[in-house]
Amino acid sequence: MIFLKAEDITVGYTEIDILHNVTVTVRSGEIVSVIGPNGAGKSTLLKTVFGILKPRHGNVTLKEEDITGLRPDRIVRKGISYVPQVENVFPSMTIQENLEMGAFIRTDDYSQRLEEVFDLFPVLRERKKQKVGQLSGGQRQMVAMGRALMLDPQVLLLDEPSAGLAPVLVSGIFEKIKEINATGVAMIIVEQNAKEALKMADHGYVLAMGKNVLDDTGEALLANEEVGRLYLGG
Amino acid sequence: MAELTVYGIVLGSIISLGAIGLSLVYGIIRFANFSHGDFLTAGAYVSLFMVTGVLSWIGIPDTTFGPLSFGWRMVIAFPVSMAAVSGVAILLDRVLYRKLRIKGSGPVMLAMSSLGAAFIIRMVILIIWGADSLFYRPGLLRPALQLPLGIKIRPDQILILFAVFALVSLLHLFLQNTKMGKAMRATADNMELALISGIDTERIIIWTWGIGGALAAAAGILYGIDVQLHPYMGWNFLIPLFAATILGTIGNIYGALIGGLTIGIAQQVSTAFLLPTYKLAVAFIIMVLILLIRPQGIFGKE
Amino acid sequence: MEISGLLAYLVSMAIMAGIYAIFCLGLNIQWGYTGLFNIGIAGFFCIGAYASALITTPKPTGMYAHYVHQIFGLNLPFIFGLLGAAIACGIIAFLIGIPTLKLREDYLAIATLGIAETFRLIFNNEHWLANGPRGLMGLPQPLQGLVDPRHYNYIYLIIIVIIMVVVYLLIERAARSPWGRVLRAVREDEVSASMSGKDIFNFKMQSLVFGAMVMGFGGALYAHYTKAISPDVFTPLYGTFIIWVMLMAGGSGNNKGAILGAYVIWAVWIGTKFMTDFLPYTLKARAPYIRFLLIGILLEIILIYRPQGLLGEEKKISKLIE
Repeated sequence: MIFLKAEDITVGYTEIDILHNVTVTVRSGEIVSVIGPNGAGKSTLLKTVFGILKPRHGNVTLKEEDITGLRPDRIVRKGISYVPQVENVFPSMTIQENLEMGAFIRTDDYSQRLEEVFDLFPVLRERKKQKVGQLSGGQRQMVAMGRALMLDPQVLLLDEPSAGLAPVLVSGIFEKIKEINATGVAMIIVEQNAKEALKMADHGYVLAMGKNVLDDTGEALLANEEVGRLYLGG
Repeated sequence: MAELTVYGIVLGSIISLGAIGLSLVYGIIRFANFSHGDFLTAGAYVSLFMVTGVLSWIGIPDTTFGPLSFGWRMVIAFPVSMAAVSGVAILLDRVLYRKLRIKGSGPVMLAMSSLGAAFIIRMVILIIWGADSLFYRPGLLRPALQLPLGIKIRPDQILILFAVFALVSLLHLFLQNTKMGKAMRATADNMELALISGIDTERIIIWTWGIGGALAAAAGILYGIDVQLHPYMGWNFLIPLFAATILGTIGNIYGALIGGLTIGIAQQVSTAFLLPTYKLAVAFIIMVLILLIRPQGIFGKE
Repeated sequence: MEISGLLAYLVSMAIMAGIYAIFCLGLNIQWGYTGLFNIGIAGFFCIGAYASALITTPKPTGMYAHYVHQIFGLNLPFIFGLLGAAIACGIIAFLIGIPTLKLREDYLAIATLGIAETFRLIFNNEHWLANGPRGLMGLPQPLQGLVDPRHYNYIYLIIIVIIMVVVYLLIERAARSPWGRVLRAVREDEVSASMSGKDIFNFKMQSLVFGAMVMGFGGALYAHYTKAISPDVFTPLYGTFIIWVMLMAGGSGNNKGAILGAYVIWAVWIGTKFMTDFLPYTLKARAPYIRFLLIGILLEIILIYRPQGLLGEEKKISKLIE
């Protein structure tokens, strides 16, 4: 069942459009990876889905409901959470406070959820009173994702989760992403590390110059020779 | 010199109250609020109105507490005044700054608008009270207490230090322990992420104006108790307020506290070599030095 | 009011508005073209006026020196006062610009405010400089002996209009030049990658200095019109705020707007005087505050409902070149 769909999106920051008629579909509980060269507009796609940008053309639908152009604070209440690539934490606040902020719009007792997030990232539980600004890159990324998970989202938008991480940490992050997905959270992952992204993906989209180039299952794209040559580093 | 330093701490604590509010507004709402000084003035004068007007009509007695220069009237007027200036600050936001924000105006337009607001507030005060200096309790002899080290300090001034300490502590508790307080800190840290997390930033803005206005009003009243009231009192504080805010890093309350104390002490100590009227120039020079050497302030990142 | 009285009144109105118009033209160079948020105009007003005063009056000697203190007095003709004022303001602007032009626009604003207030403090307290709070009096007027003192203002008005027109033409010429276009690009942050930070700094500095020099003219013209100046003339209200209201009302980025704004707002200001003449006796003392309150509210209305002012920004000059 199609859960989230961005259809025929044309959008840009100024008069110049970054994306041209791009379509991406996510099914319930799926991991969808979006790969492509730098400047292809992958981040722009996530921002459009989350309402940070309003598309000039096209629409975004969540379970049949049109959510195109809604403000982010409306969209987050519909069950979509977004983890930006940079500046994705509150650096002067502690880990615990960052997670509390993630749960800001919840009116119920979320202590159970807090424990679940700490179960997912035990390192954070140990240091929960530490200021996030002092943490390492990998730990900060965990806080960023944890914050987004506090709302029990049905869809998680991840913008380059492995960016800036030391190679030894990259596989760890991708393991975590799979764990999160196992709890039933669908995801759109935008990634530079195309190989890893496609390995996890149920479905993958290749974007280049703001347009859909190819889409298929993760496995098929990995096996595809041309994709391998152009985007996976041979 | 010790005495100058002590008075510098008193003055500095008053500056801190104003600077904390200014720092919050600058850090969360992202523009230089040139009307902040006049919030101080407004607070002092609303209190004056209450103490000499409303509360005497109601029949609250005009007694004083022991060696202090004020009594029950001021105790009642103080929070009322803070609330009133909070209201004025919030009203200005709804009527002026919010409209400019919606249009997408940059920080310069907002700053210009706040400059206009500063003059409007000051003109209203001048219209109602005129240009003379006024006192909460005219003609009062205010003897100083003698402390060790040859320091003289008035009872009022000791109370000012307590009042500032109490207000800053309350603010600290609020920001550390309440949901709204944490949301304010989050918005100051990263407004975009706060929006992404679903925080209603417009409500945060209202709270920021409310707290900023209230603290400024408190600072104005305390200054009025210590020295005098006149319509330009707040405007004359504007440069020291900005100096303290920038020194302590914009958006950092503890920095504003330290900044305020530093500026206050520096200003007082300077009177050993310069005319007292040059205190403002001292604050200004310190500010220019900070902007040249370390513009991000004590707690800022490189 | 008889005709000659009315005419004299209009002439004095036109002179003051003309002086302010010159300030607006200076501010327009800094703000309208380059986006420099200068709220220390009163400082340049002050420097320009005092520089011209000191240049055109003799240094007090003998008994007179007991009552009037001046740091120097050159007793030169008006034209030297005018030029001296511009040069003094230019130099001060240059010195101010070195530390502050690298700063963000709002920090620049705070710095200019502080500078203006500091200058006023210095002139007020350092009596040896220019007679402290008592100020300088008896400033000479150009072409004084030419006509009957009753009709002198007409001559002064002509002088003002000539200077205003000359400044206007110079600025318009500069605006259409490549220099002017770069200034506008700096304001809009549209600078191409080929421009280094140092180049941008230089353009901002040129804009600051030229604008300040024009303001110096304004200060000198004011001093020789009123023939007496003192530090309390150059307040944030009369020396900075009202000029901003004028430029925003007329249209920032537009030299005709700068002049128009000055005349319109000055007319409004005079108009408020007539309004407050109807006030009951008890409120009469507060009249100037009521008038300024209205001007302040007017600025807010302009900022919210018509920030481009009456004339808006000047259209692009030549479509071929742009």
